[in-house]
Amino acid sequence: MTSRKLFIRGFLDGIPICLGYLSVSFAFGIFAVGSGLSIWQSILVSVANVTSAGQLAGVPIMVGRLPLIEMVLTQFVINLRYSLMSVSLSQKLSPRVKILQRMVVAFGVTDEIFALAISQKEELETPYLVGLITSPFWGWTIGTALGALAGDILPSLIVSALGLALYAMFVAIIIPPAKKNRAVAFCCLLAMALSAAFRYVPVMNKVSSGMAIIICAVASGLLFAAVAPIPEEEEKKDTSMDKAVKT
Amino acid sequence: MQTDVFFLYLLVMAGVTYLIRMLPLVLCREKIQSRFLRSFLYYVPYAVLSAMTIPAIFYSTGYLVSAIAGLAVAVALSLWEKKLLTVACGACATVLIVESIIKFI
Repeated sequence: MTSRKLFIRGFLDGIPICLGYLSVSFAFGIFAVGSGLSIWQSILVSVANVTSAGQLAGVPIMVGRLPLIEMVLTQFVINLRYSLMSVSLSQKLSPRVKILQRMVVAFGVTDEIFALAISQKEELETPYLVGLITSPFWGWTIGTALGALAGDILPSLIVSALGLALYAMFVAIIIPPAKKNRAVAFCCLLAMALSAAFRYVPVMNKVSSGMAIIICAVASGLLFAAVAPIPEEEEKKDTSMDKAVKT
Repeated sequence: MQTDVFFLYLLVMAGVTYLIRMLPLVLCREKIQSRFLRSFLYYVPYAVLSAMTIPAIFYSTGYLVSAIAGLAVAVALSLWEKKLLTVACGACATVLIVESIIKFI
């Protein structure tokens, strides 16, 4: 398949994600302007980051001028999942995707783009990935711009309803795996309970919201990695290695 | 927000986010060996999203009641494994309906 055709195929595959991002980033645009950013600042945050949860947590840190280290830690922990996706994605790239091209496509690793990319049967080529990133990227940017612009004009009823959109999307991401895997479900419940404690328990509520998310996620992740490690994928390889060690 | 301060924060924010995505893709072509680390990386995304959602979702709309209704619909639609867009729209529509009712009462 030619590069052009691969790009177009990727672009079209990305359209459903683009539409989903439009509504979610619309809500982000409203949120960002409501938090105190100007319209163009809100758009720049979306263009430079393309990450819902990270942006949602990052804007209050920006506006509140909290220490930069808190921004670093918050973005690190919240976006840590992307590194896992990047690792997984790197195994699926065609040998033709060289380092510079890897550096380009890395920009567009998001939950949904990753999920779609990894579900492809064949090895991934650069033009396909660039296409797959392009349509959601524009959805994300245009949605933010519209939200930032329309936030003032829209009736408060609509703004209020859209405020829930990002959280509804998070729910939609965590529930299906939690339904299939009890450890994931309990890990989520623990993180929620901890997060609620950081909001309502007297001394704990002094901790800033960004830091609270880090603590909740790292504590839950560490505990469940210890008590419910994910199954080994290469069982055979391990046993043969065990045998080799024994003999 | 003041422009120079904004760009400082934006640079840090976007820089960290990009490096997290880029470094593993460029450097690590081997599979991660540590089962503990892989398990940790597996659970963290779900824990992050859970912690971000609860309790913040309760304060994301005009009324607590509408937020709870929206959350309930989002959970129901997700359990039914509906698409992301469907879940988001369904939950927002619920908030809209509940708040309209509250305002008319």
